[in-house]
Amino acid sequence: MAKYNLKINGKTQQVDVDPSTPMLWVLRDHLNMVGTKFGCGMAQCGACTVHLDGNAVRSCSLPVSVVGKGAITTIEGLSADATHPIQKAWLEHDVAQCGYCQSGQIMSATALLKNNPKPTDADIDAAMSGNICRCGTYLRIKEAIKSVASPLTPNGGKK
Amino acid sequence: MTTLNRRSFLKASALSGGGLLLSSFIKVTDTRPPVVDKAEMQMVFNQLNGFVKITADNVIKIMSPNPEGGQGVKTSMPMIVAEELDVDFSKIIIEQADLDTKHFTRQFIGGSQAIHQGWKALRTAGATARQMLMEAAAKTWNVPLEEISTKLGVLHHKKSNKSAKYGEMATAAAQIPVPKDVKLKSVKDFKIIGKSQRNVDLEKIVSGKPLFGIDTKVEGMKIAMIVHPPAMGLTFKAVQNELAIKKMKGIVAVFPIKIFNDDYEKTFFDTTQFNEVVAVIGNSTWEVMQAKKSLKVEWKEAEAYAEKRNMNGRKTTLNIPAGLESSADHAKKFVEKMTQSANVRRKDGDIETAFTNAAKVIERTYNGPFLAHNCMEPMNFFAHVTDEKAELIGPLQKPEFTEQALSARLGMPLEKIDIKMTRLGGGFGRRSYAHWLIEAALISQQVKAPIKLIYTREDDMTAGIYRPAYAAKYRAALDADNNLIGFHVKVGGMPQSPLAPNRFPAGAVDNYLAEDFTIDTNLTVGSYRAPHSNFMAAAEQSFLDEVAETAGKDPIAFRLALLKRAKENPVGKNNDYDADRFAKVLELVREKSNWENTKATKKLGFSAYFCHDSYAAHVLDLEMKDGIPIINKVFCAIDCGIVVNPNAAKNMAEGGIVDAIGAAMYGKMTFTKGVPDANNFHNFRMIRHNEAPKAIDVFFVENTEDPTGMGEPAYPPVHAALANALYKATGKRLYQQPFNEYLQT
Ligand code: FES
Ligand code: FES
Repeated sequence: MAKYNLKINGKTQQVDVDPSTPMLWVLRDHLNMVGTKFGCGMAQCGACTVHLDGNAVRSCSLPVSVVGKGAITTIEGLSADATHPIQKAWLEHDVAQCGYCQSGQIMSATALLKNNPKPTDADIDAAMSGNICRCGTYLRIKEAIKSVASPLTPNGGKK
Repeated sequence: MTTLNRRSFLKASALSGGGLLLSSFIKVTDTRPPVVDKAEMQMVFNQLNGFVKITADNVIKIMSPNPEGGQGVKTSMPMIVAEELDVDFSKIIIEQADLDTKHFTRQFIGGSQAIHQGWKALRTAGATARQMLMEAAAKTWNVPLEEISTKLGVLHHKKSNKSAKYGEMATAAAQIPVPKDVKLKSVKDFKIIGKSQRNVDLEKIVSGKPLFGIDTKVEGMKIAMIVHPPAMGLTFKAVQNELAIKKMKGIVAVFPIKIFNDDYEKTFFDTTQFNEVVAVIGNSTWEVMQAKKSLKVEWKEAEAYAEKRNMNGRKTTLNIPAGLESSADHAKKFVEKMTQSANVRRKDGDIETAFTNAAKVIERTYNGPFLAHNCMEPMNFFAHVTDEKAELIGPLQKPEFTEQALSARLGMPLEKIDIKMTRLGGGFGRRSYAHWLIEAALISQQVKAPIKLIYTREDDMTAGIYRPAYAAKYRAALDADNNLIGFHVKVGGMPQSPLAPNRFPAGAVDNYLAEDFTIDTNLTVGSYRAPHSNFMAAAEQSFLDEVAETAGKDPIAFRLALLKRAKENPVGKNNDYDADRFAKVLELVREKSNWENTKATKKLGFSAYFCHDSYAAHVLDLEMKDGIPIINKVFCAIDCGIVVNPNAAKNMAEGGIVDAIGAAMYGKMTFTKGVPDANNFHNFRMIRHNEAPKAIDVFFVENTEDPTGMGEPAYPPVHAALANALYKATGKRLYQQPFNEYLQT
């Protein structure tokens, strides 16, 4: 066991866990933040996506010991009331079916838009292909991302 | 066609603190022929839908009885109640009901039946509550009932200029005897039904709020995982390093559990691949995962046995052979079976003469592999079992049946078992077989603590219960004028047959023969999105494309001619489908896709299928780039009667199409000496963003038929639309799934 002071969603949180523990389980088991989901445990599905210093990472394969001073953002950190532009776009496009993959999809999408505010279809495919949706909501996800990226709708989302 | 005998029982009572509680029970006896999943469809459903609560301070709550797994019932079922109740849908509270066999029945996901079977019941529940509120207002205001009207949750009496919110009359309404016959709205007056409503859980989903079973956490809860045999055909013998595991950090206990007792007669959904597994329990998920990796278990070969099942009194026996099976042997068995005699399920005319006299005979064989369901949320369940009661929380599709199985296993009466349903992170049939709920309960009972059982992805993918593997041989006889004069299908599955012998083209061909067979296996199978239809449509619609081509006919016109025959002069009496409604979806997709004007230049594939009481037809447009198919667009036409929630229905169709393209292109589960060849997403390929179609257009046939299934019907026709388009683009016919493997060879 070792103590870690983690910067998560702008707050410092202390945990005492085995150094090999992936951030996914630190969040879910130790910090009660269950928005980040478990899908595969081997960086294949994207359900566990969070941001580490603004970049999308798979938290199931990110040991707590390597996070250091890095800033972690989780789905809970976007907004508590679904008001982040991406969340709003997801609402407007009624994206989800079962919804289980969606927090991972949203975290991949926000990282993409942060680094590339006007992604092409190919950019979106490249950034999002690590996120599986068994329900098959890919088209709506792409539409939602484009609506936020669109120059016509700077405030996120089109009608 | 569907025959339903309905009797309704409605019960009103007062809420404590004032208000109206309306429970509505609708008994439905489903006497349809067993068209989909035989076991599932022959049941007598006792159905209740709708549960309206209106408090005195005007909180209007509609309970959603069925589990929600992405099919949208938690939104669409309350919409139907709200329509007849006449309330503002955005202002009501919708809540997932617990498993509650006193107030609800048919609380399950399966067969795309929730809306179909619930339609009248849900409407009656809403209309009855409204009627009682109106009667209460008439009495209170001392005016004739006929003069009372409602608008969005408010009662009005124009002449006296009186009005009252529903809540104000709710307590009085609870005293009104439940009216026997209430008038339902006419379809043209619908204000909520037919207008898209957003998924009621969406805000929670996009902000990461706990919703799913795997998110369950209570004080003092331990984490449990299981270790099951590494191969099908193996069973538990002994734990070899129990002490070492128990010494590991954070580990509480290790022990084997037995899921069903030896003498237990299984019912519908009591399938489990491994009846004995080893449980590992600890303080946190990661610690348990580490212990699980270090655990050493000795396994042994399971013996052959006859599994006795009791399906609502219908007793069946399933022969489970011993041995470690491999896919190569399965393939040989299918070939062998094709040469042997099979069960004749339907025979019209004189098939032998038709083939003897044929000018052309076409014969093709199709194969479909086992498939893992791969719900994104791995199997999991919370359990807290004490001597007094059993409390279970989690995602499952058939809570009522699972509760019965648990009651038998624990020897605990149903009243002491409480199952709460969470949102399902996907079901697709897999969560109908909730052996993991029983595992969770047994673990909790033994460690005397609340536990949450979680499967890893590997556990989930290698624990059995797959879509069955199938093979089908089709033969068609054409006369000198290229008329279809004979049609023969011989199909089998491991270990279930997928045949629905009375579906199209039965009824459209004079000489018709449908036969089937099964092959025993020790692999377990279960319903998988559009059970059996997912393969039958793939094979049949690929075959008909080739038959039409051989006949020199347009594939849509060819099928329309058959449907015309089935309508005007049907062969036989037991045809499952309405030829007219079927033809309409073909015509609709032909028009919307601009088929006639683009079929010569574009690489289009057509396919259509009827199942779950709905009709679907697709046109798929693709091109090849560097040997990889790029799907430009899928046009989809559906007749599912009245569309309750159009945008959600569209989402279901889009999802079904994407999911089916993934399964057709990449999906397979094979075995080597009983060991599944895939165990996670690095070796079980799922469709990804870049492989999805660029666009999907969904068109609904507009009619006033009662709504039918929407969760599944868009799925089955996809495989063949894709295969037929790939043929146009590559010149290669595909007879085996996954297409990706056979495209390259
Ligand atoms: S759970 Fe981390 S990528 Fe799948
Ligand atoms: S919405 Fe169900 S897995 Fe994506």
